[in-house]
Amino acid sequence: MERQPRKLFHFHGGVRLDEHKAESNASPIRPMPLLARYVVPLRQHIGTPARALVCVGDTVLRGQVIGAAEGYVSTAVHAPTSGRVTAIEPRAVPHPSGLYDLAVVIEADGEDRAVDPRPLDWPHMDPSALRNRIREMGLAGLGGAVFPSYIKLNPGAPREGAGAIHTLILNGAECEPWITCDDRLMRERAGEVLQGARIMAHMLGVRRILVGVETNKPEALAALRQAADEVTEIVAVPARYPGGGGKQLTYTLTGVEVPAGGLSTDVGIQVFNVGTAYGLYRAVVQGEPLVSRIVTVTGHVARPGNYEARIGTCIHDLLAAAGGCLEGANGEIVGGPMMGFELMDRDAPVTKAVNCVIVKSPVLFPPKPEALPCFRCGACAQACPVQLQPFEMYWYSRTRDFGKAQAYKLFDCIECGCCSYVCPSHIPLVDFFRFAKSEIWERERENQAADQARARHEFRTFRLEREKQEKAEKFAKAAAAAKAKAAAGDPADPEAAKKKAILDAALARAAKAKEEMAAAGIAPKNVDNLPPRVEKEIAEIETRRARVPHPGQEDPHD
Amino acid sequence: MLNAILVMAGIGLALGGILGWAAIRFRVQEDPLVDKIDAILPQTQCGQCGYAGCRPYAEAIAKGEADINLCPPGGEDGIKRLAELLGVDPKPLGEGLESKPKSVAVIDEDACIGCTLCIQACPVDAIVGAAKQMHTILPDQCTGCELCVAPCPVDCIHMEVVKEDLNTWKWRYPIFHMKKVP
Repeated sequence: MERQPRKLFHFHGGVRLDEHKAESNASPIRPMPLLARYVVPLRQHIGTPARALVCVGDTVLRGQVIGAAEGYVSTAVHAPTSGRVTAIEPRAVPHPSGLYDLAVVIEADGEDRAVDPRPLDWPHMDPSALRNRIREMGLAGLGGAVFPSYIKLNPGAPREGAGAIHTLILNGAECEPWITCDDRLMRERAGEVLQGARIMAHMLGVRRILVGVETNKPEALAALRQAADEVTEIVAVPARYPGGGGKQLTYTLTGVEVPAGGLSTDVGIQVFNVGTAYGLYRAVVQGEPLVSRIVTVTGHVARPGNYEARIGTCIHDLLAAAGGCLEGANGEIVGGPMMGFELMDRDAPVTKAVNCVIVKSPVLFPPKPEALPCFRCGACAQACPVQLQPFEMYWYSRTRDFGKAQAYKLFDCIECGCCSYVCPSHIPLVDFFRFAKSEIWERERENQAADQARARHEFRTFRLEREKQEKAEKFAKAAAAAKAKAAAGDPADPEAAKKKAILDAALARAAKAKEEMAAAGIAPKNVDNLPPRVEKEIAEIETRRARVPHPGQEDPHD
Repeated sequence: MLNAILVMAGIGLALGGILGWAAIRFRVQEDPLVDKIDAILPQTQCGQCGYAGCRPYAEAIAKGEADINLCPPGGEDGIKRLAELLGVDPKPLGEGLESKPKSVAVIDEDACIGCTLCIQACPVDAIVGAAKQMHTILPDQCTGCELCVAPCPVDCIHMEVVKEDLNTWKWRYPIFHMKKVP
């Protein structure tokens, strides 16, 4: 069935880059040998890190959940092979900071036993149950953003002002130079990718699937066209960076612009990476959770290519599988050269977000020339695919005037790096935008903490005041009650009356005994033979007693 | 003539009355200055400024009794924002005050005797415990004010600087070489 070629739209700006795809896309995807040790971080997705479900010493199977999804924006983490958990501790992770993060270390037993796969009867499953299973399968966006997929697969109630989702876009553009993992995946497993897309379309309730692939991947386009059905349209899009950005691809394919600060679902479109579609196929049809992904290893290595690496494979093992770095290598980039970051530690493992490792050399990545001041040529604004004015944002970010930077729509910046690339003064513009964004987020966190502290302090002040008042009221009440009791003589209390009667009787008995003794002429023995000091004291007490009015008598001084 | 004067005066009075009524009826509750100052202060309630908390300090600034540079946890940034709000020049942190990295209090739980003195000192109720029971600090709620450290009779509370993790990590200010133009 031949179709009219789809009308494509031209997004603003962008740059043409040297592709460097041929280095790694010539050979098929290579499997990785089973390694002795895997390091599986619990934070591999956007949102809350997974909660560890295993203890040190536990034995695990491949595909067993070792970290459960925690909270809404989260997804599960699985063991990549069978073996024993030897540590759960902070380890190096692929992150620009080089900071360590909590990871489960698994010593492989070499048997690679798996939990029984549980394929899902997806066409007949309850949508909510299906989404929950996908959450437990650990699916997250494999294009690099690693947002938990089950959330994006929820068509939900249409938001106000937005219709229901009508189109699914599969992103196979792969616009960054050097990276070819999606290219090889589409060439070799096009049927599975499209099967995954059909599951996505079913879950979202959409009837139209668009697959966008850049024209520099003719083999992938051919393979996809071979596997496509009538609801799926494979579209070749011009190779122009950042044509694979979600919003850019949406515009190229449909001419619909996603509103600033909005999501593509606001305009009825959902975008997934082809790798995610493949992962979904594996999870749903084959019942295997996400325990591996395809990673491009390229640049200054002996055998550049694509490797099917288990999640948790240390990057030094990955580089070794690619024949090791060549003479003169000086560092690695994780991700692409435009949006990726410098790897700080080769012990860091492959996570769901790692799509590419590029080994650098001074020839491939010459050091950037020294910068010159900005002379406001506007080249960055012409290159910006979001139509921002990077030179203005740069000025305000540099002087830490973040309010102004935000007024220039800093948060619509997709950090694609086109501005830095075209800048004739070689100013690292995008670094300033990242800096400004994280400063603003930090300030936001501080404000939230301050608000919380204020509320807690105010409540404490109120509580102390309330307790004081309650105490005062209680005392006042008790005092009033005691007074009333004394005034009334409290005839109501038979117990007290009884006690008083006993006391009176005892006193009367003692007085009577004393009188009898005095009548018989017997003096109390305890006043015999007293020393003069004590006798004097007794005399003093007796005179004092004489002055004190006796109960029942009238006070003589009154 | 008299009629004209009366008519004009009547109209004037009527309009004046309407305006006066509207001014009361539709009065806009202006956010008082104290609230705006309080919103900038970091709410640690530490009292390093010499006042009993952030709110009293904000009130003192609003009255003109206190300077804007007495809040170490707010730091330079806080002083800058206060200066901006009040239309005065920013100045360095007051004498004898120093800005410290954000810390939280930690109780050595083995040494704690359960005296509740720290609980009474905490301005934000961030310590849980009861008499003769071990106490512990909620690190997320602790503002690092250090007010619990002094009352502890067994010196089992110390301050720990909050370490950077992946949640709080920030991109650094970019440093790059600028070519010298002769």
